[in-house]
Amino acid sequence: MPKKRFKRAFWQSKWFKVLAAGLWQDHPTFCMVLGICSMLAVTNKMENALAMGIGVTFCTAFSSLFVSFFRTTIPSRVRMLAYMVIISTFVICVDRILKAYFPPISEEMGPYVGLIITNCILMGRAEAFAIKNGPWLSFLDGFGCGAGYTFMLILMALIREPMGFGTILGHRVMPAGWINWSILTVAPGAFFLLGVYLWIFRSIAKKTET
Amino acid sequence: MNPLIILVASIFTHNIALAYILGMCPFIVISKNYKTAVGMGISIIFVVTLTAIINWPIYWLVLVPAHSEILAFLIFIIVIAATVQLLEMIIEKFFPPLQSSFGIFLPLITVNCIVLAVCLFMVLRKYDFIQTLCYAFGTSCGWALAIILMAAIKEKMMLASDIPKGLRGAGITMIIAGLMALAFIGFAGIITLQ
Repeated sequence: MPKKRFKRAFWQSKWFKVLAAGLWQDHPTFCMVLGICSMLAVTNKMENALAMGIGVTFCTAFSSLFVSFFRTTIPSRVRMLAYMVIISTFVICVDRILKAYFPPISEEMGPYVGLIITNCILMGRAEAFAIKNGPWLSFLDGFGCGAGYTFMLILMALIREPMGFGTILGHRVMPAGWINWSILTVAPGAFFLLGVYLWIFRSIAKKTET
Repeated sequence: MNPLIILVASIFTHNIALAYILGMCPFIVISKNYKTAVGMGISIIFVVTLTAIINWPIYWLVLVPAHSEILAFLIFIIVIAATVQLLEMIIEKFFPPLQSSFGIFLPLITVNCIVLAVCLFMVLRKYDFIQTLCYAFGTSCGWALAIILMAAIKEKMMLASDIPKGLRGAGITMIIAGLMALAFIGFAGIITLQ
């Protein structure tokens, strides 16, 4: 039965737990309400949401990896600045890649790509996890949190784009007579939708605030 | 575009919190108490205006002639962090009474999106110096206005309301913000920034 033992070890292994924490227990949006600025702003179209999600996942994973590499050399007084320099390096990469290969998306997202730097999730993971753990685990933790965030972006876009524009990724999905709910494509709709999602999630997970 | 128009537009029609949805983390966490919200708002006005004034010449007089616009993000964020640190030290040294009301917010401001957002928008829209000044001041005033309004609403709400358990905290904040954003859409027809 070596196979079974391997499987059990896989589900109980440390790195799987780290990955799962980012995806569910410590989900960055629902539990900690972090990084929602860019989330609400870019989710009115699915393609923007995907670009944002992939960009954030890339940045969290790699900035955690590098913070973890340098965790013994960074003096604790200037660690915030060190995080920022590492993070903004990867954000510049994302910005350039988007500009080079997907100019329309880059145009539409405008400053929100640069604002990945100040997304609290990246700083939060660096401070809470990467500075204390080894590179491989930190990379997975960053990846897990980024993936959890991407999942949330997709969830938002999945409602906002069909109802607001009648399309998903540019393909018409709503019946011809559908009248677009244009409120969902602008700020108030985003706020309401996230409020409702938070309500649903917290009622299920029984996490409440006073 | 007339700087005065930019000033008014950035407070009301293009409010950074309620139209561009930026600066949300403190907007949710710090808006529980009216007094703290006022303190945070004033600190933001100060820091945003100051960093925009510093970053404008750095971008247009140093980075652009040197063809190093690619470094803009890195330079902006370092300037912001340095300014905040400096401000913290100045307040600690020369104005100790202010320490308790502003000092505690300053470290938080470094990672506030709107400080960086103002710098990025000013580059994106190619504002000149006076326009940048008005834009930065107006934007931060708009944000302060939004968080102060939110804190006032939440304080009143605490007194007499029966909110479902799952909606408490962040959930209800989002709903209120949605209603406020709807109200601010009422201003939208007056002026348009590109």
